[in-house]
Amino acid sequence: MKLITAIIKPFKLDDVREALHEVGVNGITVSEVRGYGRQKGHTELYRGAEYNVDFLPKLKLETAVSSDMVERVVEAIIQAATSGKIGDGKIFISSLEEVIRIRTGETGAQAI
Amino acid sequence: MKMMNSRKLMIRLSAFGLAAIPGIALAEDVLDSGDTAWMITATALVLFMTIPGLSLFYAGMVRAKNALSVMMQCFVITCAVSVLWVMYLYSLAFGNDVGGFVGDLSKAFLAGMTVDSLSGTIPESVFSVFQMTFAIITPALIVGAFAERMKFSAMLLFIILWVSLVYAPIAHWVWGGGWLSEKGVLDFAGGTVVHINAGVAGLVAALVLGKRRGYPNHPMKPSNLLLTMVGAGMLWVGWFGFNAGSQLAADGGAGMAMLVTQVATAAAALTWMALEWIRYGKPSALGIVSGAVAGLVAITPASGFVGPMAALVIGAASGLVCYFFVVKVKQKIGYDDSLDAFGVHGIGGFVGAILTGVFVDAGLGGSGLADGVSMADQVRAQFIGAGATIVYCAVVSYVLLKLIDAVIGLRVTEEQEEEGLDLAQHDERAYNLH
Repeated sequence: MKLITAIIKPFKLDDVREALHEVGVNGITVSEVRGYGRQKGHTELYRGAEYNVDFLPKLKLETAVSSDMVERVVEAIIQAATSGKIGDGKIFISSLEEVIRIRTGETGAQAI
Repeated sequence: MKMMNSRKLMIRLSAFGLAAIPGIALAEDVLDSGDTAWMITATALVLFMTIPGLSLFYAGMVRAKNALSVMMQCFVITCAVSVLWVMYLYSLAFGNDVGGFVGDLSKAFLAGMTVDSLSGTIPESVFSVFQMTFAIITPALIVGAFAERMKFSAMLLFIILWVSLVYAPIAHWVWGGGWLSEKGVLDFAGGTVVHINAGVAGLVAALVLGKRRGYPNHPMKPSNLLLTMVGAGMLWVGWFGFNAGSQLAADGGAGMAMLVTQVATAAAALTWMALEWIRYGKPSALGIVSGAVAGLVAITPASGFVGPMAALVIGAASGLVCYFFVVKVKQKIGYDDSLDAFGVHGIGGFVGAILTGVFVDAGLGGSGLADGVSMADQVRAQFIGAGATIVYCAVVSYVLLKLIDAVIGLRVTEEQEEEGLDLAQHDERAYNLH
């Protein structure tokens, strides 16, 4: 099992969710995060006072999948989240030791 | 009070060249229901400017952790000034003249005022509440200068002393038959009494209190510019009560005051937006509303005396001058007038006060200069009015602030400032979104 973590542009969320649904991903967790990378920040201006905003709003998606699904899931996220401009985000894949469904106590791939 | 109405009447008559007719008798005051209906409405509009107009305008511009504190300050000022007004402020401003400087205490606790008391063609009760709403918004404007760092207790004490020792006398000088009205200073709705006065007090407060922690390097972004735009819209609408109401009658003068107010405000808003668009590449919402308020301020002293074309010029001039002051000069000098109470109200009020002396000229579409008064004379009178207000207000405000600082301290602690005044001073938050 793998934990797939994707950082994406906020406006791409619906596209990514649909794409994941199509490849059979049943659940994702989304958090609003801020980040700093190659996209850099932007400038805000209030009555002549200029502020550089370094951290930009992004969304972090997390989903646990069985190892054989990883390739399709990554492909789906890339397809849906690409805008072609700097700042489209990243995907991190890490090994997942165990998954447990709280309601039933099921473990492993059953619980995903 | 009576003096003021006769003075206004004389100004109105002079527009028709009647002031020079010798021995003209002013008819006995009779209640006019049209005037009364309009003045009750106008009074409600001016109160609406402070709560919630100005309060929202300011709350949106401060950081989220201080948003409630500025609304609270405007609200308590409304309450405190209302109570003080009926106790003695009305009398200090509009009681019998004492040496041209202040009113006596003959009207303290509204002595002698009944349902039948008249002020011109309206009930004195209505006149008194109308003027009360001006005494409310003036100190509320100062809140913008010391926002985000002043102790609530010190703020309340300062405002109580300030309306008593600064606002009431200056209102008397200009509107209560005091020495500035004797000098022929024209201030229709309060460019000097309200805006220069509040702006200068704000500047002094900003200087005495010192900068907010981290200013100007730490970002201090407005918490909610939607509230600021809503508040600015309410100020604009309420301002018709302020300016057209200052005619104290439902007549052509009030109508013209309404027209010039609308025109000057729009011109100033567009000017500020255009300057920002040219300079920074984008027009901004905060910019256009800042320009609108600058225009409202500048047309205030002129609104009963000038025509619509002059209003365009006054609006554009005010938008231009206030823009450069707020965006350039303040940044350069580096004092921390949090929400630009001085940059918009002080500077805009000054621009309006001086230009009133120019555009009152009948040749420029105005209601006309008084007999034997040249434009240069009038402009000189306007400078005297503005200058006297600036000096008196600055000196007394400075002394009051220093005294309060020595006795109870003006500023919250650094920790409290970091935490935000909402929690530090009120144990509440403006936003509990989670």
